[in-house]
Amino acid sequence: MTRTALGIPTVRPVHGHGAIALDQPFRQSAQEQLGNAQMRANIRHATHTIRGKRARVVEELPDWQELRRAGSALKQQVMADLPALLEQLEANVTARGGVVHWARDASEANRIITELVKAKGVDEVIKVKSMATQEIELEEALKAEGVAAVETDLAELIVQLGHDRPSHILVPAIHKNREQIREIFVREMAETDETLTSEPRDLAEAARRHLREKFLSTSVAISGANFGVAETGTLAVVESEGNGRMCLTLPETLITVMGIEKLVPTFQDLEVFLQLLPRSSTGERMNPYTSMWTGVTEGDGPQEFHLVLLDNGRSAVLSDPEGRSALHCIRCSACMNVCPVYEQTGGHAYGSVYPGPIGAILSPQLTGVEEGANGTLPYASSLCGACYDVCPVAIDIPSILVHLRDEEVQAAHAAKRTAIREAEGPVATARAAVRAAVPSQMDLMMAGARTVMSSGARMAAVERGLPAGRAAAGPDRVLGWLPGIAGGWTDQRDVPAPPRESFRNWWTRNRGADATAAPAARSVEPADVSEREEEDK
Amino acid sequence: MRIALFATCIVDAMYPRVALATVEVLERLGHEVVFPSGQACCSQMHINSGYLDDAVPVVRNHVETFMAADYDVAVAPSGSCVASLGHQQPMVARRAGDEALARDAETVAGRTHELSQLLTDVLGVTDAAAQLGSWFPHTVTYHPSCHGMRLLRLGDRQRDLVRTIGGIDYRELPDAEECCGFGGTFSMKLPDVSGAMADEKIDNVRRTGAEVLTGGDASCLLHLGGALSRRGTVTDEGRPVRTVHFAELLASTRERPLDVDGPVELSIPGGRRRPAACAAEEAAR
Repeated sequence: MTRTALGIPTVRPVHGHGAIALDQPFRQSAQEQLGNAQMRANIRHATHTIRGKRARVVEELPDWQELRRAGSALKQQVMADLPALLEQLEANVTARGGVVHWARDASEANRIITELVKAKGVDEVIKVKSMATQEIELEEALKAEGVAAVETDLAELIVQLGHDRPSHILVPAIHKNREQIREIFVREMAETDETLTSEPRDLAEAARRHLREKFLSTSVAISGANFGVAETGTLAVVESEGNGRMCLTLPETLITVMGIEKLVPTFQDLEVFLQLLPRSSTGERMNPYTSMWTGVTEGDGPQEFHLVLLDNGRSAVLSDPEGRSALHCIRCSACMNVCPVYEQTGGHAYGSVYPGPIGAILSPQLTGVEEGANGTLPYASSLCGACYDVCPVAIDIPSILVHLRDEEVQAAHAAKRTAIREAEGPVATARAAVRAAVPSQMDLMMAGARTVMSSGARMAAVERGLPAGRAAAGPDRVLGWLPGIAGGWTDQRDVPAPPRESFRNWWTRNRGADATAAPAARSVEPADVSEREEEDK
Repeated sequence: MRIALFATCIVDAMYPRVALATVEVLERLGHEVVFPSGQACCSQMHINSGYLDDAVPVVRNHVETFMAADYDVAVAPSGSCVASLGHQQPMVARRAGDEALARDAETVAGRTHELSQLLTDVLGVTDAAAQLGSWFPHTVTYHPSCHGMRLLRLGDRQRDLVRTIGGIDYRELPDAEECCGFGGTFSMKLPDVSGAMADEKIDNVRRTGAEVLTGGDASCLLHLGGALSRRGTVTDEGRPVRTVHFAELLASTRERPLDVDGPVELSIPGGRRRPAACAAEEAAR
């Protein structure tokens, strides 16, 4: 008898792609970055400065924890009602003269935008700083079609002119210091020469001269959005420089790319986020420029407005109850500014436009943990929890990291099972498959530890081997080398000689085996100690 | 009060001195200490490494052992392991579909305190010198480990106990709240990053001029102690910088002081107090 499943289609989450995948294990990419002393010094200085500013402006708000809870609750509501809210947004944007496009992934979004730009017959567009456009690699897609996209955010401009990659969500050029920025400007900007100094004022003035002409001569702008209000169809961009506002108001056509998770239900909800975001990101009470627009307004600003709603893996993230709160992120970057791992490696080590703790949970979820080396990202954390403490929408990043580690381990085990099944082929293939299926050292270590650490009696038995470890340590009482994955420990640190006896075994000898037994000896006898000290010599 | 000691696997196997010191301090206050012999580990290593299935029997062993034992409160000389009981064990049990185990895990977690929590909140110790006779005439700085600080919200409990030890010369650690880089298997999987984090911590320890770095988690101290040893870090006076758990500092008294001048060795069961003859012999060699 055969069975047929009826009525339940197998829905597989559609994962995203773009500049969100690490191409080599984090250990390797981190190692490369650790060798860059200048970059590490720049990052250290910058993150410590922003971290201090943030702490000061957060401390002065008595209701900060309530604000965080409100932000978190609003985002939960958005995720629960996402389909309805998106349709509401679409209806309101359309009613106010905008055009809404739906993009399943990066390729679709790039195709939509490229077609819109080409229809305008231009070969240059100006860009507002936007994570979504970085994520989908829009600049590269436009370039392939002969369209240059000019970054107008100062830091993004530095990255673009330096043919570099952003290394931070808020401060994409955080890994560069002003001397390095000066060199880039002198080399790349036609308007500047060797007389340019590395004073911030002079650098900003050079960028201003370079960009002003672009603002006045370009007819198409592309932006992201910090928030989209379902109730009114209003889009919002929050920034510091005013260059974003130039792009949002001067050109005739505006194309906005917004991740579908950027919604807020009502206009009033912005009140919560416009307090949380600037204090968390730049450490300011309020950001200098908050631009909002609703569709098009005759005689004022762009007369053509397109909104591209981007999924690119977000629905897949939403389908995981344990990981979905990663979508609550408002891209403030507070987590990377306090992360001790990010502080050492910088953003490039994460291989994604989303670095740091949020990147370590967002990138592997957007692409799936099997994509490239993204499965190594959840391990890029000591689980210290500093990120969770500062997150303005209280995303429990450490718990999601642990959840994704579990997912990665399960995916690796499933791959091994597949390899074993496929081993029934030709001999050569079979050998390769068997090799692939061999349990990792970590698997073996964890299985062994599971057996020993699930019984006090087995722990006691294993601990009777401690004197052997002590003997191995030799007279200097230090172990400087361990084999296999334990070598990761001794790469950096010594291991003190193990004790002669575990506490458990000492207790059994001196106080009786059972917890409930009446205590026999009441104190640690010095005589007992010296006796064994002598034995050891 | 009858207090059950959860030694934690790392203290049990690597730092028995810390468990002995914990027992000594609690007995000094007149309490009875029991050691439920079935205990092994909180399972945090498995959980944080992503082996949640392998964690289940380890969690079950801990929960069943501490459900069966007879005691008023339980204590562990580790913020991280105590945090794992409440923050992770119920999650692991629920994920495995065992609601009864999850509820028992919550019960055990609710009865288990980190050492400074127990001393401060339950036993009312606010002055280590006066109430415990603690005496440690050395320069000491203190690293607050992450899980105690951020998951248990221990605040200044450990630090305040350390500061009130008789004879101590306490030095505040710059950037104290930054992670030391241990992170469980993180230390083996990403040794270079972990080592770079340890370097920063050690630089800050050096700035204080302290000869002893104390803390509340033997795991972090194992990592930092090993890194100090590998780097040969010494004070301005040329003395090696040591890591010592704060339980050992509390247990140290004027009559029987903790010796910090021996070879770089951090754990000898029963060897907390080095007899004078031994130390002299050591010096002669």
